[in-house]
Amino acid sequence: MSFPILSSILLAPVLGLLVILFIPQKEDKIIKIVAAIATGITVILSLWAFIAYDQEIGGVQFVERIPWVEKIGITYSLGVDGISLPLVLLTAIVIFTGVFASWDMEKRAKEFFIFLLALVAGVFGVFMTTDLFFFYLFFEVAVIPMYILIGVWGSTNKEYAAMKLTLYLLVGSAFVLIGIIAIYVYTGLGTFDIFTLTEQTYDVGFQKFVFFLFMIGFGFLVPMWPLHTWSPDGHVAAPTAVSMLHAGVLMKLGGYGLIRAGIFMFPEGARYWAPLIATLCIVNVVYGAMVAMAQKDLKFVIGYSSVSHMGYVLLGIAALNTLSISGAVAQMFAHGIMTALFFALVGNIYNKAHTRMIAEFGGLAIQMPRVAASFLIAGLASLGLPGLVNFVAEFSIFMGAFRVYKVLAILAISAIVITAIYVLRVFQKVFFGPRNPRWDHIQDAKGVELVPLVILCGVLIFLGFFPSYLMELINNGVDPFVQIYLNTPKVGGMY
Amino acid sequence: MVDSFGINLIWLVPLAPLIGFVLITFVTYRSRMLSALTAILSVAISFVLSLDVLRVILTHPEITMNNPLEKAVEWLKMNGLFIEMGALIDPLTSIMLFVVTFISLLVVIYSVGYMADDSRFSRFFSFLCLFVFSMLGLVISNNYFQMFVFWELVGLCSYLLIGFYFYKESASDACKKAFITNRVADFGFMIGVIILFIYFGTFNFGELAVAISNSQDLALLTLAGILVFIGPIGKSGQFPLHVWLPDAMEGPTPVSALIHAATMVAAGVYLLARGFILFASTTTVINLVAYVGGFTAIFAATIAITQRDYKRILAYSTLSQLGYMVMAIGVGSITAGMFHLTTHAFFKALMFLCAGSVIHALHKQDIFEMGGVFKDMKITAVTMIIGGLAIAGIPPFAGFWSKDEILLVTLENGYTGLYIIASLTAFLTAFYMFRLIFLVFFGEKRSDFEGHESPLTMTVPLMILAFFSIVGGFIGAPFLEKGFSSFIYFGEPHHPEPNLMIMGMSTIIAVAGIFLAWLIYIKKAISAEKIANQFKPIYTLLYNKYYIDEAYQWFFDKIVLNLSALCNLFDRYVVDGVAHSLAWIIRTTGTKGRYIHTGSLQTYALVLFAAIVVIVIFLAGPVVGGVQ
Repeated sequence: MSFPILSSILLAPVLGLLVILFIPQKEDKIIKIVAAIATGITVILSLWAFIAYDQEIGGVQFVERIPWVEKIGITYSLGVDGISLPLVLLTAIVIFTGVFASWDMEKRAKEFFIFLLALVAGVFGVFMTTDLFFFYLFFEVAVIPMYILIGVWGSTNKEYAAMKLTLYLLVGSAFVLIGIIAIYVYTGLGTFDIFTLTEQTYDVGFQKFVFFLFMIGFGFLVPMWPLHTWSPDGHVAAPTAVSMLHAGVLMKLGGYGLIRAGIFMFPEGARYWAPLIATLCIVNVVYGAMVAMAQKDLKFVIGYSSVSHMGYVLLGIAALNTLSISGAVAQMFAHGIMTALFFALVGNIYNKAHTRMIAEFGGLAIQMPRVAASFLIAGLASLGLPGLVNFVAEFSIFMGAFRVYKVLAILAISAIVITAIYVLRVFQKVFFGPRNPRWDHIQDAKGVELVPLVILCGVLIFLGFFPSYLMELINNGVDPFVQIYLNTPKVGGMY
Repeated sequence: MVDSFGINLIWLVPLAPLIGFVLITFVTYRSRMLSALTAILSVAISFVLSLDVLRVILTHPEITMNNPLEKAVEWLKMNGLFIEMGALIDPLTSIMLFVVTFISLLVVIYSVGYMADDSRFSRFFSFLCLFVFSMLGLVISNNYFQMFVFWELVGLCSYLLIGFYFYKESASDACKKAFITNRVADFGFMIGVIILFIYFGTFNFGELAVAISNSQDLALLTLAGILVFIGPIGKSGQFPLHVWLPDAMEGPTPVSALIHAATMVAAGVYLLARGFILFASTTTVINLVAYVGGFTAIFAATIAITQRDYKRILAYSTLSQLGYMVMAIGVGSITAGMFHLTTHAFFKALMFLCAGSVIHALHKQDIFEMGGVFKDMKITAVTMIIGGLAIAGIPPFAGFWSKDEILLVTLENGYTGLYIIASLTAFLTAFYMFRLIFLVFFGEKRSDFEGHESPLTMTVPLMILAFFSIVGGFIGAPFLEKGFSSFIYFGEPHHPEPNLMIMGMSTIIAVAGIFLAWLIYIKKAISAEKIANQFKPIYTLLYNKYYIDEAYQWFFDKIVLNLSALCNLFDRYVVDGVAHSLAWIIRTTGTKGRYIHTGSLQTYALVLFAAIVVIVIFLAGPVVGGVQ
């Protein structure tokens, strides 16, 4: 048996967590270094998997299977394909940079990093497992630390936000759980294996029923309008690294679940509900952007921009063709990197200025040129500027969606204008304008603070110029499923 | 394949400035001299390569727009999407490469003097390099997607450079306005490009040309043509998306010369020429192009006659001249449009650099506060007058020939109305340009300033550009057998007969405009104020630019922002309100029923869970029931 690369990715944060358990509270430097090493290992391993994945063969690779509860068919099984691999890499990058963004965390640093690593282990698990039971289990593993992390280390209305977030996510997962049990009972195969279950045929009524459950359940996570209000509140209250993980990765669990366990397993159900998703996601996109424009707190702007951008993911899913779904996966990756960068930057500013109110800033580019430049890159990624990976993702979604929903796609594209307006307005108000002596004491990002900035900007730009490294892998993962299950006729003149 | 270093190294044409950008940003930024040298060198490499490309095209008449050289690499291949990055080498590319690299090189050299006192000197040169990269990437594009990518990137550079003095409120407003206005245009452009790919299966210009000429679907072509045309309306400042260009003058003057006069704003015209077959495929689109261009030409010229700011007058003049080019293409002659683009690049860049030289010395921009600058700044003044004569259309200066060509094709192709509009515009152009020249360089000093000539690094580019503003038009003079018209054309080369009547008319019109300016501002035979007072409402309307900026501002403040605030309230009180009341109902029923104690997370979750199971079963009942 070859090296269990996926289990190692899963175990690295768990090991880190265990080591930190035995480090005394006051040694917070060492705790951070351990966390950095543990998450650094996940970056290296997932990059390795990313490169070693054989696109010629395709399908699920690096498979590991250990029967767990054989009687009812629960198997500890890991494996990744072109859909999950980019999201595993995303998780690793976000958590690694997130550790550096929390480098000045002093309050109960030990517990903070323990919960952070537990959370991320859960997220890795969701993306890597090929067993529906474990899928659910890992998800719950991720939610509980999130509650504690926001409730204890958060700011602005943190108890309310933590409770709201947890309730919403638990409600969402309840829908998913019902769906999973329904599938298990319906098939009667005694297995939770996602791919076995995907190969089964289900009658149309059942498909519509379970897809509806998943649509609502995962819709809470994505979040789909009107189930979204937990997310901006949660983003704002969460400490920097948690915001990064939360907006960067956790929301993607919803999109991932909807693709993996939704549209491929229940294509007829997907077809039935897709117009509803497409309509609601346009509300996400346009309305989310409009609400973002009205915000006064930097984190709320980014929170609502996530609502808006995740709408694109839903649009890609709802259009049900290879291009749009690939775009949706790529958008999850791109948005994750971009929004993690945003939160790292806002965290950096907030730590020094102790405020996030846009109106109080101005001319900050003079005191913080590096932060300003990185913020601009994140902003440009957000508004879909070519040269950054988000553009390629969004363009694929638009191309895919336009074939199916012309008017809705045009409405979605119109958001590139609204996004440009709110992003540039915020950028102008915070960074442009005359020097404000109130902020003269603030230092630009330097030393470890630069780690997240450089890595995240680097990923956005590199994949923006060379998107094929990402997009072709995703396309490779999505296309076979679409051909078999969604049976969409091949589209486009080139093929 | 033709063997020449320019063609072989075509990728280096855009990449050299990109390398320059990276080097300046990460390596040489501490040293002003090294940064400037890096910028000059990298742009010079592009220039030399472009010259070689031009040489190859001139010596190989078999390479035409219908039979171009093409190189491409695969950029992205997915099921349903195929994107290349390529280089299309034909006469159109070669002339545009020459214009862009030539003006860029001169502007970069000029900036060494102009930006000498700026603390962010290196940053400025890195941005310039980034711009040149993006612009050259756009020029060599062999497909619409690549064009769109670089189209947006030049927009970014424009944003960065307009906002170069970001600490000034006006500059930070201007750069935002420029970006957002262009975004509105790119929204249309993007949909147009998507439609083209979905219906024709390719972004490639050559393949699309074949597909479009075989297509019978006029509605589709009209739609796609109009949508793609919205792009140039934004980028080339055509009405009604022209509002950003005058404000863009907040950027450093070399930027105004390079980006907002000679190259980037001409990208729209370049796109119209490149994709001409799409726009020409239906009469609706091509007429729209012609009339938008013609209207913009006269519209901007009327505003220019009332403005007071040196650079803004030039900006409105640029809008007007871009309108001329767009109109030329709209009436069916990419030859005339591209010819005017070329000559305009020379004389407008020249005039902006002259403006920079004057502003650099006087630290003023209001032409009514200047006067008599001629004696202090002879080189600047003479070169500016050359530029003025060129744009006014006095023979044998460059502008005369290109403008004449436009007037000729407009009349020949039966657009008499546009011919009259274009002639009126020519009169206004001559008038406002010499109003500016007389007020700045002649008469007496109207305020306190010290004039002095600029350093050589600034005046040498002026002289070079002045030379081209004088002789640049001969390449397209109708007396030539093998001139511009047998170089860049659509379909078959169209060699217009020299029309002495039109030439004579346009010369008389230009001279009349200059004469009127002389009467008012030198001779003072007519009082400008009296006229202004007599036609007060019209004057106010023109001076305030037809209140279009105000209208947009009103729309944004009153409609967009209020809508946004409304959405925000809706989210807080309605969407969240429903969620809160649901939670409240569940909690109250819970306490009333004494099943649970309040306050712990698990019980909340449990109650919610139970509630949801009930709701779900209730909701899903009909769906499931219908099957069994």
